[in-house]
Amino acid sequence: MSMKVKDMNRVLNIDLTKKDIKIEARGDLFDAYLGGTGVAIKLLEEECQKGIDPLSASNPIIFAVGPLTALYPSASKTVAMFKSPLTGNLGESHCGGRSAMAIKFAGYGAIVIKGSSDIPVYLAIHGDDVHFRDASSIWGVEAVTVGRILREAEKGSGVRTIMRIGRAGEKMVRYACAVCETYRHFGRLGLGAVMGSKKLKALIVSADKSVEIPKATRKEYKKVYDEIQDVVVETDAMEKYHDLGTSGKLYDLNKIGGMAYKNLESASAPEEIAKELSGENFAEKFLSKRVSCSHCPVGCVHLASLRELYEPGYYFKTSIISYDNEPIWATGFMLGMKKAEDCLRLMDAVDRVGMDVMSTGVTLAWATEAYEKGIITKEHTDGLDFRWGDVQVYSEAIIKIVEMPNEFYQNLAKGSDYASSVYGGQDYALAFGGNEMPEYHTGIACYLNNLTGARHSHLDSAGYDLDQKLIGKEFTIEDIVNALLKEEEWRQILSSLVVCFFARKVYTAEAITKALDAIGMENWTAEKLDDLGRDIHRAKMDFKFREGFSLAELRIPKRIFEVPTPHGFLKEEDIRKAIELYGEMIGRKE
Amino acid sequence: MAKKKLAALDVNKCIGCMECMFACSRRVGRGGFDKSAIRVRSAGGIERGFVIVVCRACENPPCAKVCPTDALSARKEGGVILKEDKCIGCGFCTQSCIMGAIFWDNERNKPIVCKYCGECEDYCVHNAIGMVGIKAEER
Repeated sequence: MSMKVKDMNRVLNIDLTKKDIKIEARGDLFDAYLGGTGVAIKLLEEECQKGIDPLSASNPIIFAVGPLTALYPSASKTVAMFKSPLTGNLGESHCGGRSAMAIKFAGYGAIVIKGSSDIPVYLAIHGDDVHFRDASSIWGVEAVTVGRILREAEKGSGVRTIMRIGRAGEKMVRYACAVCETYRHFGRLGLGAVMGSKKLKALIVSADKSVEIPKATRKEYKKVYDEIQDVVVETDAMEKYHDLGTSGKLYDLNKIGGMAYKNLESASAPEEIAKELSGENFAEKFLSKRVSCSHCPVGCVHLASLRELYEPGYYFKTSIISYDNEPIWATGFMLGMKKAEDCLRLMDAVDRVGMDVMSTGVTLAWATEAYEKGIITKEHTDGLDFRWGDVQVYSEAIIKIVEMPNEFYQNLAKGSDYASSVYGGQDYALAFGGNEMPEYHTGIACYLNNLTGARHSHLDSAGYDLDQKLIGKEFTIEDIVNALLKEEEWRQILSSLVVCFFARKVYTAEAITKALDAIGMENWTAEKLDDLGRDIHRAKMDFKFREGFSLAELRIPKRIFEVPTPHGFLKEEDIRKAIELYGEMIGRKE
Repeated sequence: MAKKKLAALDVNKCIGCMECMFACSRRVGRGGFDKSAIRVRSAGGIERGFVIVVCRACENPPCAKVCPTDALSARKEGGVILKEDKCIGCGFCTQSCIMGAIFWDNERNKPIVCKYCGECEDYCVHNAIGMVGIKAEER
């Protein structure tokens, strides 16, 4: 069945309480806000009332794709939006896999999930056919196994996505993630916990439609498609992300002293550790396969194969574990691992329960330092001896965070910001705006990004990138704040289309307007895109402020001022000044 | 020029991007894969790799043998040619192909068979698929 381009605006509304659905055409939203982030924030405004508990039935989950989704190379991501149980304000997470393609060709621009089920359910969305299915028999099952079961139970092989949560989501660990296609994640900010709070174990979406390109623009569509494809394949993106993958930059980042090591005890690991945990070493020793998201020729997803003896008597198992830059950092550098295979073991442990690996790593790093300093004792840890590099202890701790045998682990399951507010050690609890930090200790821009970015994600405004570009150059705080804000505004357009940020250099304003034109979406100009990017960004910030976010009250852990960056020591007064400046630029004094 | 057919050259290089599937439907102005004569899916979990389903251009094609109206006829160089006006949409051809390489056009109730045009090959940047000579010596 085919649909017209102008019909790519249907919203599937699902009510888990009433077990009811409604499909609505929302041309009003998609015409004005493109799709993805732009439409999602508008739907969140409509569906999420002020001050609600993120883990209550009132919190909506919104999945949105955009006009370029699955029609152009690397337009391969889905945006999820919800109120975050981790930060208490804007929850937004992006995922690839087959999710975007499946939602688009199931015939939807967005899926909105409201309410809460009385029994565990999973949703089977086969095009316009939507089924609520009893998930009692898969409640409590690891995310990877759920995938295996649903793969057999449901149709749509090859043209579907299977999004699911693990035990961490069920137990509402605040940084539980949702897993797609076993190896991709809506990682950050706790989508898994929100799904768990609704007793929604999984959703499977399968494609049964296509988009009819208007006859008048078909030739142009193919031409523009080819132009974009050529650039994707020929820019450095291909080499950078396909060869070694995102982990290719770890070694160099460590070398310039721009990466948190052992809870930012220092900004670089010893040379032998950096070599062991480098993308090169992972590729040489463990890389077994590279795969891609649907409709992306890059193939940045790197899968490692780890063969282990797990019981005497030649009982071997081979685990396939997806690795990336951030997971290697969070399990490896941050926790003082000495061996690459130990990182893989921890990534596997985190994946099995279904948590965000970055928040998990940073939270455990805080706990380790707090234990070293004596504010956390063995009584808290339920007998575990937290120690840098101890893969066994960390593996057990990961399970305890989910099982929550005592109050300490209940608190740890709320993240490092919360746990440190209970036990102390806030100076080295490396969360910003409530979200655990990414790896970068590159300079002022990366921290401003963490603090002011709407999602407190390094991908909001790529401050780490700006820092590295500015090494050895003169700049003012105004320059930095300006550049970060401009970048974040522009990224709203990319995530509304929705294209992968790895293809950001390909999707210039000119390429975007041509791509839209060629599918019959005329009248978009570079200027209009710029304006829209700003509007979407402000709408996201409005949501945050509405939910109690405050620039003035942002907590900045002292630790970041105690360790030099490649730009030298950072000063708190500079960061505070920059935050104030940022507030002025977006018209917010709070 | 010698006739060619499409082949899975090295399935280990397939990253599962599906660009071949999209390219095939794009020929007729479709974004998607419902007009595509090639499919890629995982072999039961991505860790097991991918399966590329494409017409092998059999020398003595079973699909042509079971066609009750001769809408499908064996192509001299291997594979089949579809005469759409003769096709009654019985679907026997899809059942006869153990590769599952005959797809179905639900809108028109007719099979979709590979025309060996090579459009998809251009979008396989990792060289998992490609056009090869029909005869062994041309490969």
